Amino acid sequence: MALSATASGWRFKQPSVIPGFGLTLGFTLTYLTLIVLIPLAGLGVRSAALGWSGIWTIATDPRVVQALRVSFSTSLIAALINAVFGVIVAWVLVRYRFPGRRILDAIVDLPFALPTAVAGIALTALYAPNGWIGQYLAPYGIRLAYTPTGIVIALIFIGLPFMVRTVQPVMEEISREVEEAAATLGANRFQTISRIILPGLAPAILTGFALAFGRAVGEYGSVIFIAGNIPYVSEIAPLLIVIRLEEYNYAGATTIALIMLIFSFAVLLAINLIQAWSRRRFGYGN
Amino acid sequence: MELRIDKVRKEFDRFPALHETSLDIRSGELIALLGPSGSGKTTLLRLIAGLEQPTDGAIFFGDEDASHRSVQDRNVGFVFQHYALFRHMTVLDNIAFGLNVRPAAIRPPKREIERRVLELLDLVQLPGLEKRYPNQLSGGQRQRVALARALAIEPRVLLLDEPFGALDAQVRKGLRKWLREIHDQTGHTTVFVTHDQEEALELADRVVVMSQGRIEQVGTADDIYDRPTSPFVFSFIGESNALPIRIETGQAWLADRPLGIDVSGEADGPATLYFRPQDIEILTDPPGGGLAGPVAAQRRVAGTRHLELEIGGDRTRVEIEVPADYPIGETGRVAFKPKRWRLYRNDGASGN
Amino acid sequence: MATDITPAAADRRRGWSDPVAERPIARAILIGIALSFLALVLVIPLVAVFTEALRNGLGAALAALREPDALAAIKLTLLVAAIAVPLNLVFGVAAAWAIAKFEFKGKAFLITLIDLPFSVSPVIAGLIYILLFGAGSVLGPYLQSYGVQILFAVPGIVLATIFVTFPFVARELIPLMQDQGTGEEEAAISLGANGWQTFWRVTLPNIKWGLLYGVLLCNARAMGEFGAVSVISGRLRGQTNTMPLHVEILYNEYNFSAAFAVASLLALLALVTLVLKALLELRYSRDSVGH
Ligand SMILES: Nc1ncnc2c1ncn2[C@@H]1O[C@H](COP(=O)(O)OP(=O)(O)O)[C@@H](O)[C@H]1O
Ligand SMILES: [Mg+2]
Repeated sequence: MALSATASGWRFKQPSVIPGFGLTLGFTLTYLTLIVLIPLAGLGVRSAALGWSGIWTIATDPRVVQALRVSFSTSLIAALINAVFGVIVAWVLVRYRFPGRRILDAIVDLPFALPTAVAGIALTALYAPNGWIGQYLAPYGIRLAYTPTGIVIALIFIGLPFMVRTVQPVMEEISREVEEAAATLGANRFQTISRIILPGLAPAILTGFALAFGRAVGEYGSVIFIAGNIPYVSEIAPLLIVIRLEEYNYAGATTIALIMLIFSFAVLLAINLIQAWSRRRFGYGN
Repeated sequence: MELRIDKVRKEFDRFPALHETSLDIRSGELIALLGPSGSGKTTLLRLIAGLEQPTDGAIFFGDEDASHRSVQDRNVGFVFQHYALFRHMTVLDNIAFGLNVRPAAIRPPKREIERRVLELLDLVQLPGLEKRYPNQLSGGQRQRVALARALAIEPRVLLLDEPFGALDAQVRKGLRKWLREIHDQTGHTTVFVTHDQEEALELADRVVVMSQGRIEQVGTADDIYDRPTSPFVFSFIGESNALPIRIETGQAWLADRPLGIDVSGEADGPATLYFRPQDIEILTDPPGGGLAGPVAAQRRVAGTRHLELEIGGDRTRVEIEVPADYPIGETGRVAFKPKRWRLYRNDGASGN
Repeated sequence: MATDITPAAADRRRGWSDPVAERPIARAILIGIALSFLALVLVIPLVAVFTEALRNGLGAALAALREPDALAAIKLTLLVAAIAVPLNLVFGVAAAWAIAKFEFKGKAFLITLIDLPFSVSPVIAGLIYILLFGAGSVLGPYLQSYGVQILFAVPGIVLATIFVTFPFVARELIPLMQDQGTGEEEAAISLGANGWQTFWRVTLPNIKWGLLYGVLLCNARAMGEFGAVSVISGRLRGQTNTMPLHVEILYNEYNFSAAFAVASLLALLALVTLVLKALLELRYSRDSVGH
């Protein structure tokens, strides 16, 4: 490949006998441009029109700062909880055989399939002070719904499959020989898991964590029902965008969106870096 | 450390991977388990290590019954077929792993561990590679790291499963000699698995030939090559010919033709004659016997030539070795007689 | 395995432990944790949807679904999915064909761009279309002058839905088609097939399960999308309400049992999706074993 490239200079596409390249790539690019790139660019243009000082003023508005803080902190906590339990769930699904395992495995995808609004009202029905679970906690003064804790609960629901589905395939690939090698060298089971298995899974766990975190920050539907949406307390950034839109405050909405988008791209970049690093270092990605 | 395998048997879900087997391994010996794929070599090795539990029988390390000991407590150095290096650890951490996981009371200090690792890297001839990751090593280098890692725990026995199986021919030959040297230097009782007879015969003090979950023969390279006790061993090791013959009146017959070999003391009846292509003598003027047939094919093998002859009424093919410049006469027929051979009775008894 | 061991050997093995398994107690604890966590996070909420829906009886739930606004929402949801899913399907196949069957510069970047909508908040997906077609934009008033209404109308909902479900089919097909390489297509071409024949007879049979899988997930998301659609719809009851939006409206009107009745219909859809997905995965693994 390198040879042919030097022989004939720069070349956009390698020759192929298969037809349809122009048609399919043309369609792909057109559709991508119309649906994704132009609308996203529109956001960029709007932000540029605001200028740095305009953006800065809005971004440092206390309510905006607080909404972003709520979004990021609850997302972080939810992703951490999912990292712990997601790994345990994946381990149980991969390593153990017990009745109902297949059903459990299938149900892990529920948050991918269940509309977020449905998840939102269901979780609220459980954790509201008069709800299925909330009613037993209310007498002790524990309130979950309508507080940041409620947001965390919704975000755990949303993020779980990202964690499990990222870690699971890598776990399946762990070679039995490696674990046996650790055992012959005298490692007990706990040492094998903590020093061999988990470090080997680290890139996958980090990737899953980043995916769950990124998704949680942007999540809207499942959160707004359970959050209570109290400004400065349990108001998330996506909700504040909606509120600004309803006020026809497009500049406000645009600025918050811009900050969140930049964050999303940073997460995307982080995931790519994790995987490139892991591939270089250990010879496997993900 | 002596090893005694006492009437050990292993079934996987009723499938007998290893039939009842006994074997004594002397202290400091280098033993090869040799056999075709699926013959139970790995299973036997894993039973010794404690990676599997025997269905029946016991394994003794010295005088101690090791059966109740878990892998961790057996203190065996095991080198896996695909090395099983820890990918996220440097070479140094890989080799140090066995020492690092020891309970604090018997764990050497950090400095001491590092010193030992570097010493081992010298022993396996990889000085200066301690900072590398397994991913940055060649196959042969990985194999050496795997061995150093196994040696680091000062194992009572060293077990290697097809240690050179995944390497190319050149590297294999080099590592083979090197393994022997390391063994002589460290004196560990060593058992290694291979399906490569050349490797086994060249390297091991004694070879254990296995087939279908059973030990066929245990012996030195000479024993195995010159005195195979079963048709399987004869045909598995080196090249061989098998001819169905008949013993009658103190003579060996192929149909109505006497072979002209000395079978005095053999009982009458059918038998199979085994001989190697090079253990023959060409007969220029067959007087009373010998085998003869037309040359069906020939091929050059290094400094010699191998001829395939069609012998007897049913044209059984046998292969013999002749000098490369051997002139095949106009008739295209060659006559010969085995110089060294073995007879196996169909009931399993053997003689020559 | 224990049944394979004779009593004498079993007696000797006391103290031996399987090197690659946790102790039974650790195992039981881990299974317990996983089951409790999944029950708490996934199963109980799902059960809650149906229980709450049936709180006033099946009749009430069905009545809530037969209500004109509910029917309108169901119709609109089906319509939106019927437009968005086929478009993204065609896009996914085209993108996968270009990316998997050819080598060209900038491919990795293109794949990243295709994945982009996954990392954009649904609310932002709605917002960008409002900025594009809204009052302050160039396009909005222009289209308005021709009587074309995008925002607060079906086209806007469709656009937002297409955006959020954009990568589903493509990202399912790209790795699949990359794994399969170009050998079969090249063989077909060399045997005289044209491009369409090659696609229909050679490529499509190889990717049909992956394709279905992508469509399934795409459809589930298209019918269930809330944030993006909520931002763009203006929530005109009976006109631009999809089912998830209708759930929200009923819920905010404290009409809980009706809200859960509509929600349970969406939950059923999710369950069907999961079952089909599990079946497809079975099918998938069996097919790939055969290869
Ligand atoms: N864990 C296992 N479960 C079931 N059968 C096994 C297992 N390990 C080995 N066997 C079977 O036991 C036989 C011997 O295997 P093995 O000892 O690996 O042979 P070798 O190492 O000589 O190739 C084979 O038929 C193999 O299929
Ligand atoms: Mg083997």
